[in-house]
Amino acid sequence: MSRQSPSQTVGPFFHPALIDVQAQNDLVTPQTQGERIIITGRVLDGDGVAVPDAMIEVWQADYQGIYPHPNDPRHTEADPHFRGFGRVDTWQTGDTFTLRTIRPGPVPWDDTIMQAPHINVRVFARGMLIHAVTRIYFAGEPANAADPVLSRIDSARRETLIAQQEDTGDLPTYRFDIHLQGDSETVFFNP
Amino acid sequence: MTDATSSALDWSVHPPYLHEPYRSTVKRSPQQPLVPLPRTLSELTGPVYGEDTVRPEDSDLTRNAVVNGEPIGERIIVTGRLLDDSGHPIPNALIEVWQANAAGRYIHKKDQHDAPLDPNFTGAGRTLTNDQGEYTFTTIRPGAYPWRNHENAWRPPHIHFSVFGTTFLERLVTQMYFPGDPLLAYDPIYNGIPSEEGRQRLIAAFDLDLTQPEWALGYRFDIVVCGPQQTPFE
Ligand SMILES: [Fe+3]
Repeated sequence: MSRQSPSQTVGPFFHPALIDVQAQNDLVTPQTQGERIIITGRVLDGDGVAVPDAMIEVWQADYQGIYPHPNDPRHTEADPHFRGFGRVDTWQTGDTFTLRTIRPGPVPWDDTIMQAPHINVRVFARGMLIHAVTRIYFAGEPANAADPVLSRIDSARRETLIAQQEDTGDLPTYRFDIHLQGDSETVFFNP
Repeated sequence: MTDATSSALDWSVHPPYLHEPYRSTVKRSPQQPLVPLPRTLSELTGPVYGEDTVRPEDSDLTRNAVVNGEPIGERIIVTGRLLDDSGHPIPNALIEVWQANAAGRYIHKKDQHDAPLDPNFTGAGRTLTNDQGEYTFTTIRPGAYPWRNHENAWRPPHIHFSVFGTTFLERLVTQMYFPGDPLLAYDPIYNGIPSEEGRQRLIAAFDLDLTQPEWALGYRFDIVVCGPQQTPFE
């Protein structure tokens, strides 16, 4: 056994180094299968002010609910045109992040139960000595009611994990604001 | 997979979200208890990186941004192993680094420190670990730089590390420091780490055997990430 190396803040100056921190906000190629969606939001501090030096990383299954990783028993059937990973910062706009991806399929919880479609999220920022982990679920998704993660969360706070659809015309657009602190603090996980 | 799996993040070494001496944590720290999340396929998978992600020259920061000469400063070799907390080396994992130049200046537009940029140094690099989980960077020893956290605040020289293990769970962003640095005692970011043992883990070890005569000094820096103690669906 070895002790873990402690986390430290990503700081404000990460952009020139991290691979394609902006270019990876589009997870979709013309060959990718599945329903195209936009996810947009802000990272808000305890005063409700948008954090301009945050980085969001997302990891999600493909349209069938398969992760392109050897630990997924179905990974050989994963969409070869979907990598499942994206990252985006709030530096370019000073405010809002936007991701283009596909709606993921449901992912197994165990042999009998499925998890509702969701996107795994990590939040990094100056002022965060360790990243925060959360999930994006989708408003209007019938499977949310039986999701084993959502159901263990206080109903009052569950809403913070559910992206709300916005009427913007082009692609289905979901808003997911991440509240680091305050009355509507987002649910964060200890994975 | 059982529901009983609790956190394997070791909070005796990781800093808390709120560490008041580091002022920016005050409004950016979650206050509610973290919700335990069992390991499902969502946690036990992660992006896979291959040879197409990096070029061999990406790991040599003394060469990867040369315009018209050598970067200024003291050349160093930083090498180490990436392991999980069961002691298993993690092969083929992406490590990204970034740092200030020898004068303590980042190329980032937001860095307004009155110290010179180096036209031959961007301070950015990346590599994949080899089959034994080993990595090596060649770079320039970074300078200290001021920040506005408190009166006369200086960051100790450091190299930022971003590490992907094999799963999303193993993700770590951290910083490497140098042995014997008097600034460490005054740095709220470093001292956000709650134990002396944890703090020591982020200090690279000077290693004469890694030093290359007439060329560069050598430091060893091993990185240990939270491993998947349980595999799903056994
Ligand atoms: Fe720094």
